[in-house]
Amino acid sequence: MRELTYLEAIREAMQQKMREDSSVYLIGEDIAEYGGAFGVTVGMLEEFGKERIINTPISEEAIIGVATGSAITGMRPIAEIMFSDFITIAMDQIANQAAKIRYMFGGKAKVPLVIRTAGGGGTGAAAQHSQSLEALVAHIPGLKVVMPSCPYDAKGLLISSINDDNPVIFIEHKLLYNNKKCIQNVPRQMYEVPLGKGDVKREGSDISVAATSYMVQKSLEAAEKLSQEKGIECEVIDIRTLRPLDIDIILDSIKKTGRLLCVEEAPIFGGFMGEVSAQVSEKGFDWLDAPVVRVAGRNCPVPYSLVLEQEMIPGVSRIEKGILNLLG
Amino acid sequence: MGNDLKAEKPYITIDGYRVEDKFSGLDDSIKIEMLRKMYQIRHFENETEQFIIRGMIHGTCHLYTGEEATAVGAIYAINDDDYITSTHRGHGHCIAKGADLNIMMAELLGKRTGYCKGKGGSMHIADVDSGNLGANGVVGGSIGIATGAALTCKMKRNGKIVVCFFGDGAANQGIFHGSINMASIWDLPIIYLCENNVYGMSTPVKEAFNIEKISDRKYAYGIEGLTIDGNNLVEVFNTVSHFNGECRVGRGPVLIESLTYRWRGHSKSDAQVYRTREETKQWVGKDPIERYKKILIDQKILIEKEDRDLEKEVISQIKEAAKFARESPFPEPSEVEDDVYA
Repeated sequence: MRELTYLEAIREAMQQKMREDSSVYLIGEDIAEYGGAFGVTVGMLEEFGKERIINTPISEEAIIGVATGSAITGMRPIAEIMFSDFITIAMDQIANQAAKIRYMFGGKAKVPLVIRTAGGGGTGAAAQHSQSLEALVAHIPGLKVVMPSCPYDAKGLLISSINDDNPVIFIEHKLLYNNKKCIQNVPRQMYEVPLGKGDVKREGSDISVAATSYMVQKSLEAAEKLSQEKGIECEVIDIRTLRPLDIDIILDSIKKTGRLLCVEEAPIFGGFMGEVSAQVSEKGFDWLDAPVVRVAGRNCPVPYSLVLEQEMIPGVSRIEKGILNLLG
Repeated sequence: MGNDLKAEKPYITIDGYRVEDKFSGLDDSIKIEMLRKMYQIRHFENETEQFIIRGMIHGTCHLYTGEEATAVGAIYAINDDDYITSTHRGHGHCIAKGADLNIMMAELLGKRTGYCKGKGGSMHIADVDSGNLGANGVVGGSIGIATGAALTCKMKRNGKIVVCFFGDGAANQGIFHGSINMASIWDLPIIYLCENNVYGMSTPVKEAFNIEKISDRKYAYGIEGLTIDGNNLVEVFNTVSHFNGECRVGRGPVLIESLTYRWRGHSKSDAQVYRTREETKQWVGKDPIERYKKILIDQKILIEKEDRDLEKEVISQIKEAAKFARESPFPEPSEVEDDVYA
């Protein structure tokens, strides 16, 4: 084993799948010579050539339309949408076409499509390049939604997503790509991290904290701090795949802790954690000692100024406060 | 001497393009088969209209009546295993591509025996295995999908091509531009076939375009393109045959505008206040079936009696399909969440 960054792990998953399966190809903006806006596909043009690393004009809707059409006719495209904000430009193709083709056709088609996209804020890129739009896509039956929080999961989840016969929205976080704090040992061989399985990233018995993507790392930081400073032991659950959702891993945890804090980066109103909260209330009410509480983004677009941006997006101290408040 | 013996291939000129008259070389049986397909579409739509009137269609249908020559001429000009994508007004394309009439009709009635097990309805009939990548409820929605299928053809070098049907309205969607641009830079084997039936719902083409010919958009993509008489089956067949050949040797894509007219309203709830009866009557006078039938009779490929028998045969086939659909079971409510995921 050797250590990889999140970005390297994602690249390796694609390289290995492309070596194994000639129907896997990449399509997106500036992914060839440039190597993608964040450098994820650097070097792939040299190995796989222009036929399989397909640079496109700036036409997100057509990128997803073309990827969808090729998926139903036997290819396994990985489409890159540079910023997750731009999935809205392709929304007809995602929501009305890719997601529904199988159902509308009575189960007689499959759409093995992966849409990789970079989400999240904290980069000073402001309102149109920082959003967390996972709730928007997780709401649509027919789509699967994946948000890895670390290199090991990123590789295994991407391999599972490419192997899956359904459209998968694979949302990467920009602040994880080259994050030296979360470099990990990643196996050289191919492996799958199954879709629909959450992961306990830290065990604890005082309170459960469920989080997505970069907020898993922030929650782990908060948990370590509280453990050292106050002897509070948080159980941190990485949701990993929003749809299908592994609600059981959360229910099992609250049986032990009796309390659940949900942490996400998106604005709190209508966010994905509302779904988690509702399901836990419906299925786990008897085990709860307190209401489910959410720590999430503020109800505004992601602002530019660092001061405002840090106010909008939850940080370690807000998570800490949330935990302490919930523990009373 | 040898040269003299070689039969000259007949060529004709369509909107400035010199194309081979492949139609004249077809077997009579195929020429008659195409008439049969047009009759099937016409009477399928007539039967559907009856279902609508009797309130048996849960939802809506968009009838293809009057546009039969475009679907049949285009689809008979390509290979059986080539791909098509269709539109919300898709019954004609599906029938021309060989869809089973019983299974289609069952889908319209929301029956479990339908193409989509009752989950799709009129606007989502598809038969992926036979190359029909589906009707589409979103105007322009299938243009990207068709382009992606053409990318598959190129990447897999499977020798297939795609015919992408869409209406005049779809030519003003963003996906039209993004997709045709991509197809043009990658030389994809795809025929974009714009069925200009004069109205996008109620909006006349002349109010939605600042150009005379939609096919003139070819200049924006550096591709070939032309406007044809979509009610003339022979012209549609010869044009698509020509560009079918071009696409197969890497000289795609192409944009064909097929001028036609929908005889019925946009959907079942259209009072048609935006057009005059005189206009509709004029177009009914250019009935693609009557025109094609006349060609076959003039060329002594068919006699009146055979034509009447053929139409009768089709009518009873459609009645059979309607019976099959009526007698088929509805899906079980418990099937509602099936087929969401593979």
